[in-house]
Amino acid sequence: MSIINVENLTVKHGVNTALSNVSMSIDKAEIVTVVGPNGSGKSTLIRALIGAIPTLKGRIVKDPGLSIGYVPQKLHIDPTLPLTVARFMRLPYQDKSAPITETLEMVGLTNIETRQMTSLSGGQFQRVMVARAIMHKPSLLILDEPTQGLDQRGSAAFYQLIEHLRTSLGCAILMVSHELHVVMSASNRVICLNGHVCCNGTPDVVASAPEYRALFGTGTHGALALYRHDHNHTHDHDNCDHNHHDNTQDV
Amino acid sequence: MFDTVFILAALAGIGVATASAPLGCFVVWRRMAYFGDATAHTAMLGVAISLIFFVNMFLSILIIALIMAYTVSSLSERGHTTDTLMGVLAHSALAAGVVAISFAQSGDVDLESYLFGDIRAVTAMDVTIIWVGAALVLALVIWRWSALLTATLNPDLAYAGGINPKREQLILTLALAVVVAVAIKVVGALLISSMLIIPAATARAFCKTPESMAFIATLIGVISAIGGLLASIVWSTPTGPTIVCVAALLFIMSNILRMGKIAT
Repeated sequence: MSIINVENLTVKHGVNTALSNVSMSIDKAEIVTVVGPNGSGKSTLIRALIGAIPTLKGRIVKDPGLSIGYVPQKLHIDPTLPLTVARFMRLPYQDKSAPITETLEMVGLTNIETRQMTSLSGGQFQRVMVARAIMHKPSLLILDEPTQGLDQRGSAAFYQLIEHLRTSLGCAILMVSHELHVVMSASNRVICLNGHVCCNGTPDVVASAPEYRALFGTGTHGALALYRHDHNHTHDHDNCDHNHHDNTQDV
Repeated sequence: MFDTVFILAALAGIGVATASAPLGCFVVWRRMAYFGDATAHTAMLGVAISLIFFVNMFLSILIIALIMAYTVSSLSERGHTTDTLMGVLAHSALAAGVVAISFAQSGDVDLESYLFGDIRAVTAMDVTIIWVGAALVLALVIWRWSALLTATLNPDLAYAGGINPKREQLILTLALAVVVAVAIKVVGALLISSMLIIPAATARAFCKTPESMAFIATLIGVISAIGGLLASIVWSTPTGPTIVCVAALLFIMSNILRMGKIAT
C-alpha cells in the first residue's frame, strides 16, 4: 500500500526541464533512496513532493492521512536570528506540550535544549533537524542529502540512526544521497534518477542495472564516474568539470 | 513641558515604535534593509500625490508603498534583486518624490517635515491613525508569527509544514507599507527604516529567542521615541533625527555591553 504516488511528473526550472515523466511510489515503512549525479533533479523531486514547486504535468497523489517530516539539505541560520534548539524544535507548530526532550533523546542528544542553533556542531545540527522533523510522528520522513558535511564516521552513525528511527517510529523514509555504497545497504528500494527514472528496484537490481553502471561506473572513483556520465547524457551539470582529456582525475 | 503637544507626540512615537520594532526583526533576519529603504522612500511620492490631487495623505502613501513593496518583492522572487537594483529603486523613488512635490500647487511645502518627520505637529487624528495602523501591524505579525518565522528560516521548511512562504512574504510587505504610512509624520521618509532596523539590531545582543528579541526591540523603540522626544525639547533639536540618534546610542551601548560579556 503506497502512501505517496508520483505519476508521470514533469517539472520545469525556467526553460530547463528538471524532471520529465517521473513515476514512483513509496510504501508504508519503506526506506527509498534516490541516487543520481549532480543536477539530476533529486532535490527537485523532493521539493515537488513537499509542495515547494508546481508540477507542469503529471500528479502527486498523497494518502489522506499522510504527514511529512522534512529535513532540508542545508539550513542557514542568519546570525541576527537568536534561536535555541527548543525553539527551533517548535517550528512551525507552537505546541507547548511538544515532547522536545524525549525526541532529542531519540536522536541521541541530551541537555541541548537551551543551546543556540548556531553553536552546534555539524553532526548535532543535523540530528536536531531530524528530531524536529520526527517530533510529530510523521508517516513519511524526507531527507535531502542528510550527511552532506559529515565525515565518514559521522555519516555511518547517521544512517544507523535513520534505520533505528524507521523501526521505532514505523515511518517510511525517502532519502536523497550521493553516497551510494553506504546508502544502498540500508534501503529497501533505490531509484536512480537522471532527469528521468533510469532504473528502480532493490539495491541489488539497481547496482547491476546497465543504466546505473552507465551513470556511476563500476569502480570506486566517484569523480571519474561523474565525468563519464557527462558524456552519456546531455543534461546540464553546473558542478561537473569538463576537462575532457584528463582521464587520470581522481578523488 | 508635559502639555497636549508633548502627550500627542509621545503617543505617536510609542505607536510607531510598537509597530516597527517587531516588524523590524523580520527585516533584519531576512536581510531586507534595502527593501525597507526602497519602500519607505516611496512615501515621498505618496506625499506628492496627496498634495497634487488633494487626497488623504495616509491613504496615498499606503497605496504607493504597497505597490512599491509588492513590485520589489515579486522582482526578488524572480531573482532580480541585486543590491544594486535595490539601491537604484530606493533612491530614485526618493528623488522622484521630491521632484513631484515641487509640482504641487502650494508653494510653501515644508519638505523637511516629510523627509525627517514633524512629530510635534501631530494631531489627535494622526495619533488615532497611527494607533490603528500599529494595531493592525501588530495583529498581523502576532497572528502569523510562527509561519513568518519558519518561512524566514527556510522556505522549503515552510512548504513542508503546510505554509506558503510567498503568502507570508506578502503579509510582511503589507505590514511594511502600513508602517511606512504611519511613521512618516514621526520620523520622516528618510529615517523610517532606521526605526525598523536599529531597535532590532540593538535587541539582538541580549536575546536567546526570536520572541524575546521582538519584545526587547519594542521596548528599545519606545525608549528611543520618548528619550528622543525629551532630548529634542531640552536641546531644541529636530525630533525625528533625535529619536534615531537615541536609538543609535542604545545600539552602540548594547554592543559595548556584549563585547564586555564576551571578554569576561
